[in-house]
Amino acid sequence: MTDRPENFTEWYTSERFNVGVRRRRTREGVLRGLGMVSILLAVTMLVTLFGSIFYQARTAFVQTQIGLEVALPAAEFDGGTQAGADAIKDVNFRGLVADALYASLGGRPDSRGARREMLALISADASFQLMERVIEEPSLIGQQSRFWLPASDDMHNIVQGVVDRDVTEDDRRTSDAQINWIERLEDQGMVRSAFAWDLLLRNDSRDPEVAGIFAGVVGSALMLTVTLVVSLPLGVAAAVYLEEFAPKNWFTRLIDVNIRNLAAVPSIVFGLLALAVFIRVFGMPRSSPLVGGLALSLLTLPTMIIAARAAIAAVPPSLRTAAMELGASKMQTVSKVVLPNALPGILTGTIISMAEALGETAPLLMIGMVAFVADAPSSFLDPAAPLPVQIYTWSTSPERAFAAKTAAAIIVLLLFLFLMNAAAIYLRDRVQKKW
Amino acid sequence: METTLEKPETAPDRAAAGHETKMECSEVNVFYGDFHAIRDATLNVHAREVLALMGPSGCGKTTFLRCLNRMNDAIENSRVTGRILLDGQDIYAPAIDPVHIRTRVGMVAQAPNPFPKSVYDNIAFGPRLHGFVKGRAEMDQLVEHSLRRAGLWDEVKDKLDERGTDLSGGQQQRLCIARAIANDPEVLLMDEPVSSLDPNAAAIIEDLITELSEDYSIVLITHSMEQTRRVADRTAFFYLGEIAEIGITQDVFDNPRDPRTVDFIRGAFG
Ligand SMILES: Nc1ncnc2c1ncn2[C@@H]1O[C@H](COP(=O)(O)OP(=O)(O)OP(=O)(O)O)[C@@H](O)[C@H]1O
Ligand SMILES: [Mg+2]
Repeated sequence: MTDRPENFTEWYTSERFNVGVRRRRTREGVLRGLGMVSILLAVTMLVTLFGSIFYQARTAFVQTQIGLEVALPAAEFDGGTQAGADAIKDVNFRGLVADALYASLGGRPDSRGARREMLALISADASFQLMERVIEEPSLIGQQSRFWLPASDDMHNIVQGVVDRDVTEDDRRTSDAQINWIERLEDQGMVRSAFAWDLLLRNDSRDPEVAGIFAGVVGSALMLTVTLVVSLPLGVAAAVYLEEFAPKNWFTRLIDVNIRNLAAVPSIVFGLLALAVFIRVFGMPRSSPLVGGLALSLLTLPTMIIAARAAIAAVPPSLRTAAMELGASKMQTVSKVVLPNALPGILTGTIISMAEALGETAPLLMIGMVAFVADAPSSFLDPAAPLPVQIYTWSTSPERAFAAKTAAAIIVLLLFLFLMNAAAIYLRDRVQKKW
Repeated sequence: METTLEKPETAPDRAAAGHETKMECSEVNVFYGDFHAIRDATLNVHAREVLALMGPSGCGKTTFLRCLNRMNDAIENSRVTGRILLDGQDIYAPAIDPVHIRTRVGMVAQAPNPFPKSVYDNIAFGPRLHGFVKGRAEMDQLVEHSLRRAGLWDEVKDKLDERGTDLSGGQQQRLCIARAIANDPEVLLMDEPVSSLDPNAAAIIEDLITELSEDYSIVLITHSMEQTRRVADRTAFFYLGEIAEIGITQDVFDNPRDPRTVDFIRGAFG
């Protein structure tokens, strides 16, 4: 500074000045470069992750179907086209499907073993799906019509190329005879790939070709409803009290520290707590969305409170003063000025903690939400297997087709998370404009 | 009463004759923690007068003003002692609800603080809160009336739905004045209400002040001597938390008696 020349033009053109400038530019460049490299790394990892998940999942979004000309002789149905659902359920659809399959592959094989192998081409669930369709449309009775029924998971893997059909018989689960048959059906144009609506609309099943996530989605929705109903009002009330009313003393500081610590407690601990309190002490039903939702509330409450407090604290003090100057009481100030202004932040916090809860698995395992659940829960007390738990169960299943299903379910879960975050952003903008 | 003044005759007394007292403050002290911000302030606010508070920045004008509607209650660490009466009633008495005091003693804060709501909702906030307006038509009328009095109507009549915070600084200042008078207070405290207004807009506010003083008492903080001369019936000079001098504006300006006031006035006109 002291030896800086009097003449500024001289200084700004001097070598020392230029060295300084160059050094600053280099430093800025290095910093920018580092930032770009780290972003590039993050993007690469993200793309790899999504790429591998989508690649894995690609065969789960199609269902391999076999077209069969199934005859539904009226004689089999008590009451013919007038048959009620109960009468239809009594009919031997397995036999009808088997007959149709034999017919299209050149007749009923003589050996039992060959028959079993042939029947293994189609899903064990095919006869149920046929039954469902007949119940829906009893006018089909007495006719022969073409039904597209799901192929078994092994055939699905062969047709979709997941399993190479050219390897030797010993190295695959399907026999040469089965491959022969499926190729004959392919030649007849009786094998097709359709969008796997079953994945979205059906419940879990032991058979991967028809297993779906519907029950999981319903379970998750019920559970999150409980979580939202419990943790939003409690969280906001706690935040309002702590920010606006509580005296600032050692006790409230202790509470504050505890809340922050709770937010960092491993989620499985909350599962243990829920097991001990809600199930053991209060005797609530295991595996139910009610208990699951309460367990997740314990988990989300700290996050909710912290987010809501931050949103409330961010409301400019001048607005509180303005309301008070106009004769608003403390309560009116909070309800008419502070909360509406904090709402966008509170909503964002809520949705983000709900998204967190949606992806949570560990505490749910503790409260017994791991069981195989065949039906979607119809109340808060029915057993449920929420989406992340279903992903977990599928990922541990031995059937090869479940690997793709797992990836597909993860995509659906990610989609929900994405939608929730988008909703958070949308709501934030909207509410901000409105107030 | 004026323990801090050398001249006991410099007093509300000088002007008090024939005046009805609206607010009476005696020996008011304000502390922020250990900091003694107001020392033994004693003054009266008359009914239907404009009282100007003047003094160097940081001398405690805003602090004193906030005592009059108990807004100091909201400041942590602050403590007020002494007696302040509104129509003979102690506003710091335990039985008194500060919220009620604030509906009677309105305030326009030093920095404009409109709500991030529409212009309309800003004005309607107080009336809705206290429920003294029935129906949309009556509210529309009150909003228009308040905005007109604050000289803002012509500028915002087409954008009543726009956010108050999107107005210009000067417009926000007038919006806050309109919002305060929509509440129809008995005493109006105004903290530098025209600090960011052009001379025309300031003149409108000055006219408003004069007009309002026909019904209400107004306590006005301002740094402009000219403005004080134009609108204030009486003027109080604050200096480092003390009231240096108080009297009829013309009087104190033309022959100040306290050396601190003399310096201040000379500095301002100097
Ligand atoms: N909330 C507060 N907490 C602590 N000290 C405060 C607070 N508000 C004001 N003070 C102090 O009290 C003194 C008087 O402040 P005040 O705001 O009343 O001044 P003022 O006369 O209104 O000044 P100005 O003309 O600049 O607005 C100042 O020294 C200030 O630092
Ligand atoms: Mg001030």
